Amino acid sequence: MGRYVVRRVIQAIPVILGATFLIYALVFLLPGDPIQALAGERRADPTVVAMLHNRYHLDDPFFLQYWHYLVGLFQGDFGEDYRGNAVVDVMTRAFPYTINLALTALVIEMVVGVVAGVIAALRRGRFIDNLVLISTLMVISIPTFVIGFVLQLLLGVKLHTDYGIDFFPVSFNEDAGFRAYLLPAYVLASTSLAYIARLTRTSLIEVMRADYVRTAVAKGLSPLRVVVRHGLRNALIPIVTFLGMDLGSLMGGAVITEGIFNIPGIGHQLFQSVYLRERTIVVGVVSALVLVYLFTNLVVDLLYAVLDPRIRYE
Amino acid sequence: MTDTTKPSGARDGGPRLDAVELLGARRENLVPGTPLLEVDDLHVEFATRDGIAKAVNGVSYSVSAGETLAVLGESGSGKSVTAQAIMGILDMPPGRITAGKILFRGQDLLRMSSKARRAVRGRKIAMIFQDALSSLNPVLSVGFQLGEMFRAHHGTSRKEAKDKAIELMERVRIPAARQRVNDFPHQFSGGMRQRIMIAMALSMEPDLIIADEPTTALDVTVQAQVMDLLAELQAEFHMGLILITHDLGVVADVADKIAVMYAGRIVETSPVHELYARPAHPYTKGLLNSIPRLDQKGQNLYAIQGLPPSLLKIPTGCAFNPRCDRTQDRCLVELPPLVPVLDAEGADLPGRHSACHFWKETLHG
Repeated sequence: MGRYVVRRVIQAIPVILGATFLIYALVFLLPGDPIQALAGERRADPTVVAMLHNRYHLDDPFFLQYWHYLVGLFQGDFGEDYRGNAVVDVMTRAFPYTINLALTALVIEMVVGVVAGVIAALRRGRFIDNLVLISTLMVISIPTFVIGFVLQLLLGVKLHTDYGIDFFPVSFNEDAGFRAYLLPAYVLASTSLAYIARLTRTSLIEVMRADYVRTAVAKGLSPLRVVVRHGLRNALIPIVTFLGMDLGSLMGGAVITEGIFNIPGIGHQLFQSVYLRERTIVVGVVSALVLVYLFTNLVVDLLYAVLDPRIRYE
Repeated sequence: MTDTTKPSGARDGGPRLDAVELLGARRENLVPGTPLLEVDDLHVEFATRDGIAKAVNGVSYSVSAGETLAVLGESGSGKSVTAQAIMGILDMPPGRITAGKILFRGQDLLRMSSKARRAVRGRKIAMIFQDALSSLNPVLSVGFQLGEMFRAHHGTSRKEAKDKAIELMERVRIPAARQRVNDFPHQFSGGMRQRIMIAMALSMEPDLIIADEPTTALDVTVQAQVMDLLAELQAEFHMGLILITHDLGVVADVADKIAVMYAGRIVETSPVHELYARPAHPYTKGLLNSIPRLDQKGQNLYAIQGLPPSLLKIPTGCAFNPRCDRTQDRCLVELPPLVPVLDAEGADLPGRHSACHFWKETLHG
């Protein structure tokens, strides 16, 4: 088990390096001069441009530039953006928002998705099952930004203007505390929630047909115990995998949601940085997201062994 | 239905015991000779995409305390479906019990509330399944699964339940029970897993155990050990045992009486040794002839021609008529009732019935 973890951590190193290289190259390939982008529409002063080019090694060949970045990275220095802000500061400012948002979304999709899936599975073929199936299909087919804007309009604006209930802030508002995250988290979670409801339903229907569930019934256990202890306990294994993988997607996928609700999180930052060709920030943020992916994947794999005793890591 | 001539439902319409009374009923209080369980004219069908599959078509049998009934038949003969109906674990839908009674201590299980039924299930009637690996929950320890019986039925604490589980494992002779109580089903061998299933069924000291092909998934040496254990424990607790099997060899040593099923009906009943000596139904005869024998080494093994009928389209008349070597015109139209058979002098043979128009020729010919 310990050796397994060590092996997985070692395996993560080339993945991270590869990711930084790819992102660095992609941003490098973007047309336009980043220093000119700083100046916007105005002509930038050529001497300033030359100075900044020199400072950020922008005239060096690509591999040399990447090498400079890597050397910094290994010394724990993520570099600075073209305005002189340390990338670490930019990230530590933005990440808490995104983590709050993603975790809230994860809880919402887990609770609502699993409950909806269980109800649908146990009432298979009935009205409630069809309701879950059709509504989840709709959520899956509608793009997130549509759901986002519609809910923002209905719950953020209309609920306030028409009914006088000011519960969901239209735009992110730090004073509203946890409440501010609810609506955006729901929007962010919506697609995954639909998948989880469907996955839970399928998985539980499958498990409830298993021999050991029949045994549980034959033992004279209560229906609740049969479903929860013997059914759901087994049906949850694929769902835990999905949830673990999804935490990474939720953080990386927050770009649109953070844009709609104006949340100053990592997605927001990423979008701006790509726009401004802020290479160091883009690479830093994406690498951090890759780390999150790798970490949650490892946790899921370890959790597997806890959930299913037949799995052992040597 | 015409094929049921066994005495049935004698106490039908009598006072209904409620669940509490039933649970309190002691084995000793049972009037000797009265059956523990009587299945009476049971009909079960399944709605399938292609139509209605008639899995059980008027089955009647009974088991007394301390008695072993072997139900014999090939796959699809309705033997397991009958057992599932007794346990109340049929999938309904698509399954449906269309007629019949299942009397346990004189009380019809089919008319009980689901709560009362659940109290009987596992506690008074327990079941052992064929494949212990798939029948045990893979993610729960065997100790938990055994202890769960005590926790669910007696409200025993978690810790006490574990001690009970160890006791049970020792009782079915699982070595190092205390060390292995927290192991998971996949860590045990096939024979040990089936012992755990037996321990689980025994935990509440039920009146009746239904064993659905308990040894099919095991290799031959282990089969014998498991059967011996089951027979020994049955004698110790004076339980009724319904042994469902397609293996004639398993039956001979442990059963008191046999019911042979074909296409959802009982075609022959008999005390165990008489059946082997002189079958009274061509199907039983065919089954006995298809057992490999050492003195016939090198010869072709006899096999009953044809295939079992589709339950969606059971042949009219006797269901066995397309495969029988005695088939006459009468067999194609007239369903043979299960009638008592008589010996050559016309004297009654107790416990023997056959559902063949030509039982005389089969038995004596």
